[in-house]
Amino acid sequence: MAYNKGIMTHSKLSILLFLFFYASNLVLSAEQQVEKEKKEFNAGKKIMSHIVDAYDWHIADIGDVHISIPLPVILYDEGDWHFFWSSKFEHGYSSYKGYKIAKEGRLSGKIVRIADDGAYIRPLDFSITKNVFSIFITSAFIIWLFISIAKSYNRRRGHAPKGIQSVFEPLILFIRDDIARDSIGEKHYRKFLPFLLTLFFFIFLNNLIGLIPFFPGGANVTGNIGVTGVLAGFTLLTIWVNGNKNYWKHIFNTPGMPWWLKVPIPLIPIIEIVGVFTKPFVLMVRLFANITAGHIIILGFISLIFIFGQNSVAGGYTISVVSVGLAIFMNFLELLVAFIQAFVFTLLSAIFLGMAVEEEHH
Amino acid sequence: MELVNPGIGLIFWMTLAFGVVVFILKKFAWPAITNALAEREESIEEALRAAEITREEMKKLKLDNEELLKEAKEERVTIINEARKIRDKMLDDARARGNEEADRIVESAKQRIQNERNAAIVDIKNEIAEISILIAEKILREKLSDTAAQREYVNKLLKETNLN
Repeated sequence: MAYNKGIMTHSKLSILLFLFFYASNLVLSAEQQVEKEKKEFNAGKKIMSHIVDAYDWHIADIGDVHISIPLPVILYDEGDWHFFWSSKFEHGYSSYKGYKIAKEGRLSGKIVRIADDGAYIRPLDFSITKNVFSIFITSAFIIWLFISIAKSYNRRRGHAPKGIQSVFEPLILFIRDDIARDSIGEKHYRKFLPFLLTLFFFIFLNNLIGLIPFFPGGANVTGNIGVTGVLAGFTLLTIWVNGNKNYWKHIFNTPGMPWWLKVPIPLIPIIEIVGVFTKPFVLMVRLFANITAGHIIILGFISLIFIFGQNSVAGGYTISVVSVGLAIFMNFLELLVAFIQAFVFTLLSAIFLGMAVEEEHH
Repeated sequence: MELVNPGIGLIFWMTLAFGVVVFILKKFAWPAITNALAEREESIEEALRAAEITREEMKKLKLDNEELLKEAKEERVTIINEARKIRDKMLDDARARGNEEADRIVESAKQRIQNERNAAIVDIKNEIAEISILIAEKILREKLSDTAAQREYVNKLLKETNLN
């Protein structure tokens, strides 16, 4: 465990430096790493630890000093609430009050209690993790941002947009005209516009903030299946709350289908009901997979430097030029993906909502 | 597995946070923004419509002006034509009157010449009569220089004259 920790310290610092300072810094670190530790660099593990949620917000490691922001742990277990700082775990190396962060198995990375028979028991875990904390920060930012934009709209009523207002106006108009109005229709789109706008900007801004590699960015929020699942859940809930008679009729008694496909074996209703859930499921997986994949590729390119650097310093030098170039390219691509995925999620939500409020036509 | 195994806590907090964001923005941000946008679009639409109407009016006005100009030109032509006619008529009249006057003058001149000539003829006649008398006197004086002849002649004249 100790050697792994040592390698992580240097490479993690190097990744940070490499991304934001000069190439020479990284090469220097890689060099140090090679000189000091002839240990293996596990790229898969390293990348995974950057992508998944965590109980503290890791900033950097300098030498053996870990710099991270401790976050509150909130557990409900066997009728009791437990509150403490995640720093009590000492970055996962020790246990506290019988709880520890599982290192392997199905519950890897989660807080567990070890039962008498050695099995892991998972308490109800309401901890403010890195992703939760990031969600709070970006939520506060989004609220502040759009309320201030709303204020400037009120202040400059009837005038041309100015400043931050003019940055967001094309996006707002794009969502209103090309997503909401086109997909839902003139009659109903106004009702869903606030939800769709919030959805789009929440995903888009979280995608962008996720690309910033240091605090307050760096949390892989929209690349977390729980987050995308909740977003898709909101879409599903909005569909259910607003679905009209026609929508439900299409599910349980699909018009234009022969009766023997519905009775006695309700084949079509079953397919329709599965379809109701696959729609948000696909939304959830698409956003999660796209954002996570982008992060993995960028981290993979950076890891290449350390993989090569392990064998020879020159190798690290050489590959760093290529890797950084590719990582920069990927970052640009991810900027595009950040927009496209937010757009696709919102567009599909709008289309599903449009189907839910569609009037019966003969 | 960790990647697709989200914690209940994250889902809970995410639901709460996103719900709050939707609620707050729906209440305080989006209506103001969308209303302001709709209002502005309407006012722009209105302005464009007004501009269109004005342009239409301008076009009409221009057309009217052109019509007016055309009419004015036509009228000018008519006026000029009429003036030309009047002028010609006046000229003709003047010419006719002039000719008449000239004829009249010539006529009166002729008249006067005739009169002068008549007067002259009368004068000449008188002159001739005078001269004739003078001649006759001289002849008579010559003829009646002796008394006998005078007497005879007086007698003759007395005989010729009816005395009653």
